[in-house]
Amino acid sequence: MTQTKKSSGHPLDGLLRLDRIPHIWCPGCGIGTAFSSCLIAMKTSGIDLQKTVMVSGIGCSGRGAGYVNLDSYHTTHGRAIPFATGMKLANPELNVVVFSGDGDLFAIGGNHFIHAARRNVDMTIICINNFNYGMTGGQVAPTTPYQAKTTTTPAGNPERPFNLPLLAYASGATYVSRWTILHTRDLMESIEEALKKRGFSFIEVLAPCPVNYGRRNREKALDSLKIYQERTIIKNDAHPTELDIDFDRGVILGKFIDLDQPTCTEMYDKTCRPKDLLYD
Amino acid sequence: MTGDVACAEGGLAAGCLFFGGYPITPATEVAERMSERLPEIGGTFIQMEDEIAAMASIVGASCAGVKSMTATSGPGFSLMMENIGLAICTETPCVVANVQRAGPSTGLPTQGAQADMMQARWGSHGHYEIIALAPSSPQEIFYQTITAFNLSEKYRLPVLVMTDEMIGHLSERVIIPDAKDIKTVSRTRPKGRKDRFKPYRPGPDGIAPMAIAGEGYNIHMTGLTHDERGYPVMTVEAQYEMMDRIMKKVRQNLDDIIETEGYRLDDAEIVIVSYGVSSRTCLAAVDEARELGIKAGFLKLITVWPFPEDLIHRLAERVKGFVTVEINLGQIHLEVERCTAGKAPAFLVGHPGGTIIPPERVIDLLKEAF
Repeated sequence: MTQTKKSSGHPLDGLLRLDRIPHIWCPGCGIGTAFSSCLIAMKTSGIDLQKTVMVSGIGCSGRGAGYVNLDSYHTTHGRAIPFATGMKLANPELNVVVFSGDGDLFAIGGNHFIHAARRNVDMTIICINNFNYGMTGGQVAPTTPYQAKTTTTPAGNPERPFNLPLLAYASGATYVSRWTILHTRDLMESIEEALKKRGFSFIEVLAPCPVNYGRRNREKALDSLKIYQERTIIKNDAHPTELDIDFDRGVILGKFIDLDQPTCTEMYDKTCRPKDLLYD
Repeated sequence: MTGDVACAEGGLAAGCLFFGGYPITPATEVAERMSERLPEIGGTFIQMEDEIAAMASIVGASCAGVKSMTATSGPGFSLMMENIGLAICTETPCVVANVQRAGPSTGLPTQGAQADMMQARWGSHGHYEIIALAPSSPQEIFYQTITAFNLSEKYRLPVLVMTDEMIGHLSERVIIPDAKDIKTVSRTRPKGRKDRFKPYRPGPDGIAPMAIAGEGYNIHMTGLTHDERGYPVMTVEAQYEMMDRIMKKVRQNLDDIIETEGYRLDDAEIVIVSYGVSSRTCLAAVDEARELGIKAGFLKLITVWPFPEDLIHRLAERVKGFVTVEINLGQIHLEVERCTAGKAPAFLVGHPGGTIIPPERVIDLLKEAF
């Protein structure tokens, strides 16, 4: 007879601040799944966790930094990337992970995103896209689908959403992928790959927000997962211009960009430092 | 060298190894000098996409263990305010130089003023203590930038160097002493077991030792109200405790922080109070007044914030009155007036900005008021 191995803990205990659990995320929220995928990827990647930091902005996803048992920084709204840029350039030995939401990274923080991508700052950006501002009760975001209802678009969103992978690609990101929280294995593998990769890596994670977004758009948590299963197409290397999010036509997932280009720090050292200061 | 260059050199002498900047008149030359000098000594300069990012980057760099600074002027100073608040709340050392120009808004970009003094005190939201210094020459900019770093590292808070366009662009001789003759201070670092470390448990001096990223302390820093562990706690009690620490570390060390200078003050009946470039006006005015038989003396504020309340209060007991000279329409004047507690009248020689105040205006007021 086989015996089940009993364990008193969770495999991620070491990476979680257990004294901060329970977390604030709502039942049915997708952030937790994306967060644990990120932690598993950190573990399996073999990167030096003592040299790994997580930086977040403000919002539901921005609380990620508060639960990870690493050096972690919960900064101001939209400013996780420039804060993280300062950390990385001040100590290039750090592995810098930015874990934040779509409103934080692409509305208030959009300018910082495109410039960090342009500079190819060696960091991994994990953007949880739940199509709205969850923390403040469900307002329209730059990722909210056209015509979707939110508390500030009661008649439907009159604006078009960003295609985030296209924005990342156009700005110079050297690694770009998109997964949903239903595709946890692909997501973990992608995060692991991004963590090990030099350069600016961007991963968009589609995640349900049943309480604030789903409720107003006739989409329960399980409905979102069903949509992620039935109306997504995995197409690696798809061109970023094909990646508009339209669930009626099908949303493309996969790894789209994976380039090898010199990082911000490498280019700075090469260009600005006197030759006798360089070690190699 | 110019004041702006002296500011950069002061930062370097203090051990600054990271500068995140954004061009703005009349502070650009600080960034230019840093862009040339930092890579030579193993530091890093980056021109960020705006002042919000510049300020965020220096707070991040400091958390990564490197002394960091930025320099800006009015419009950029406004944009930096939120992340100055982050540095206050997370108790992260860093230095911000504001080479002041006339405002409001875009104002007179190439002409100086001293009109951001209240913004320096209260510009970020919420209640807090801050340290702001006001140099009056390139040489003083050099030394005060070093002092700013030392205070910042000692007390774990952002320190502001409030210069202005006039001295920022003024070329004067600056003596840079040997490195061994420059006293520099670095933040206290934690000792003992890493798993028991509490990032905000104050040491005997009231200041918590600071762990930096990558050392294995697994610290958490947040701009939310937090407890000793650095964890967010949304209670009134936690707010009390946190505020108590960030207020007291300044309020209980006023003697160590506040620096002033007196000129012909011992027997003065009228105290002229000023700081920064306007100090130059006052030195001339005091000599001239004395020649006219007016017993004036000059109190120069090197530290403007925290304000030397007790000193003004004590002087108010024995003098006939105060005259504050500043290139704004009454900011530090309000502080002087408050601290006299009605015991002596307080007058203002102000200016809306764009040029220095001639000593004659001070003399005219002295003749008229006393």
